[in-house]
Amino acid sequence: MTDAPTIVIKGGRVVDPDGSRDADVVIEDGRIAAVGADLSADRTLDAAGCIVAPGLVDLHSHLREPGKEEAETVETGARGAALGGYTAILAMPNTTPAIDSAAVVRQVLELGRDAICDVFSSGAITVDRAGEQLAPMAEMAALGVRIFTDDGTGVQDNRLMRRAMEYAAGLGVTLAQHCEDDALCGGGHMHEGEWSARLGIAGQPAEAEELMVMRDIALARLTGCSIHFQHMSTARSVAMIRDAIAGGLPVTAEATPHHFTLTHADCRGYDPVFKVNPPLRTDADVAAVRAGLADGAIAAIATDHAPHAPETKELPFDQAPPGMLGLETALALALTELDLPIEQVLALLSWQPARIMGVDDLHGSLAEGRAANVCVIDPEATWTVDGEAMASRSRNTPYQGREVRGRVRHTVLHGEPVVVDTEPQR
Amino acid sequence: MSEPAFRHLLDIEDLGDRDGIEEVMRLTDSFVEVSERTIPKVPALRGKTVAWLFYEDSTRTRLSFETAAKRLSADTMNFSVSSSSVKKGESLRDTARTIEAMGIDAIVVRHASAGAPHRIASWVDAAVVNAGDGWHQHPTQALLDTYTLRSRLGDLDGRHVAIIGDIKHSRVARSDVWAFTRMGARVTLVAPPTLLPPSLEGWPVEVSHDLDAVLPTVDAAYLLRMQRERMTEALLPSLREYTACYGLTERRAELLADGAVVMHPGPMNRGVEIAAEVADLPNSLILDQVRNGVAVRMAVLFLLLGSGSDKVPTVRSDG
Repeated sequence: MTDAPTIVIKGGRVVDPDGSRDADVVIEDGRIAAVGADLSADRTLDAAGCIVAPGLVDLHSHLREPGKEEAETVETGARGAALGGYTAILAMPNTTPAIDSAAVVRQVLELGRDAICDVFSSGAITVDRAGEQLAPMAEMAALGVRIFTDDGTGVQDNRLMRRAMEYAAGLGVTLAQHCEDDALCGGGHMHEGEWSARLGIAGQPAEAEELMVMRDIALARLTGCSIHFQHMSTARSVAMIRDAIAGGLPVTAEATPHHFTLTHADCRGYDPVFKVNPPLRTDADVAAVRAGLADGAIAAIATDHAPHAPETKELPFDQAPPGMLGLETALALALTELDLPIEQVLALLSWQPARIMGVDDLHGSLAEGRAANVCVIDPEATWTVDGEAMASRSRNTPYQGREVRGRVRHTVLHGEPVVVDTEPQR
Repeated sequence: MSEPAFRHLLDIEDLGDRDGIEEVMRLTDSFVEVSERTIPKVPALRGKTVAWLFYEDSTRTRLSFETAAKRLSADTMNFSVSSSSVKKGESLRDTARTIEAMGIDAIVVRHASAGAPHRIASWVDAAVVNAGDGWHQHPTQALLDTYTLRSRLGDLDGRHVAIIGDIKHSRVARSDVWAFTRMGARVTLVAPPTLLPPSLEGWPVEVSHDLDAVLPTVDAAYLLRMQRERMTEALLPSLREYTACYGLTERRAELLADGAVVMHPGPMNRGVEIAAEVADLPNSLILDQVRNGVAVRMAVLFLLLGSGSDKVPTVRSDG
């Protein structure tokens, strides 16, 4: 490795947890060797007019492998991630089989080893994500798993969740919750309200999410275990999390681009590309999620990238599976839609999620000596979202045809330029 | 008269404002006349083919549409969909495009899922008629209900209609509300809160939980079918209690003003939402609804597939 050519990312504005400054970045042996003015190296990546940031980190990717390779594989998911500026993604455990044992964790990590983005694995809280028996968290933690979740469903049983949190506290890992009370959602397919009533589709009330947020805040107080709330979608969820953080509880939260850009009115044409869990909600909820991102109640933007093969979305709304693509559009949507300084947008997309995920030793910083995981963003470039042009094996983007601003130009993974001028290099 | 402004009939809203519904009413008048002839058949849609795509059992609606198509001399075919193929997740798009590839002019769809006809309409060039989609709408039912009401009451401006029963799960209610109010009627929904939609924002209706108070004020009492499975969803304590509070019993029927009528989309649960004796009273329009259903569906198929509604008054009897 020592004879690998050195690289300079030249002419950009560096933005990382240490602040913003115009600087070149030199990469040597997979690490950041220098950040400063007028640097040179064997190879130059042009960054004129661009933002040079730590690679983005996604807390919430469904990579579908093993089990649903027709929708996505670890390789294609990681490819889309790299194109979207990500250098680290966390694979969700709702695969077939579920990631609920050391064997499946090993399989997913192995599949990600040659990918063009670091793939980390989450682990399930319960065996087969069935909510009945604790999964072997210690053996998965021994392989580096730092986040446990039954994502796709929430842990329904109060006592089991309490025990899971007590047990996890002993391992120093974080539990992440998909907050949805199954009994209250029972058979719902979209946000319960004005539009579900008009469209004649069974609804999922906001309270189904909020009840579980409320419970898990109480259990965080009881057990001391840190809890991360996934894809928060309602105004009252955001308010409860804000209060819990102010009260000193070990609570963090993420929100998805779709929950700050789309509403239940988008379901009016019955196109299941807008079907997602938790569902798209009201204008007021969108505003509250944006406010939460702005004031720190929500520490991370996560994609909930959920590929589905095209034929599974060519069904009536109530028969199609929930979920939408996210990795290749998240950054542009955040830059286009959120009225926040770019430093704050990048904190939400990179170093804050890196800390929650426990990967901030490798991702989320451009300090000298750190691993060279970098994305170079042209913040003014506009482009039109097109599912057909995406690296994902699926096409289910709800933003088809939307014009957005901000494009990833280069992505560098451990010193290797894996995306150069928007083209994957392998 | 111009070409219809709509290519499909997916919801009542497709007909636009009051004028669109009036146009269907006028055409229906002509087809009622056709239906009364010795040989109730016209060649208006000769050479056209209409397919039934019914994902949900229906005897009445299918028979009504089939009679309508045959009286217009259209060819009909039935694409029977086994419930198992739906469970296998067979793509709705594949099914719709397969049917269209056979040279079909119109597809009449009934589906347990709200919006299924909308999805099909987005994939095919054929005209799509919604014959009932989940809890969403059943637009030809609303049109025949409107026609039936007008035949008895005349102009609906200022008339008061109560729709009584399980509004939450009712595609009939979701269609009738818009049809009746666009024709100028006032609509009151009468149901326990558990059987109302979770939100009525934007609905031009009043709501009551007191049927006895509402009945003396209405020109029409429209009863919905009460399904037994609602008991298992904790929406009601018992059918008995439902009947006690919301059933149109003989005693309650006496609260109706003179000239007020009783309607029901069928099939009726006699003794539950409507007493047997009330269903058979002279002010019950239930059989008129069925009769008018054929003429309304002729009008809809003709509007979608015919060469313009101006041809109707001159159509000749076949044979």
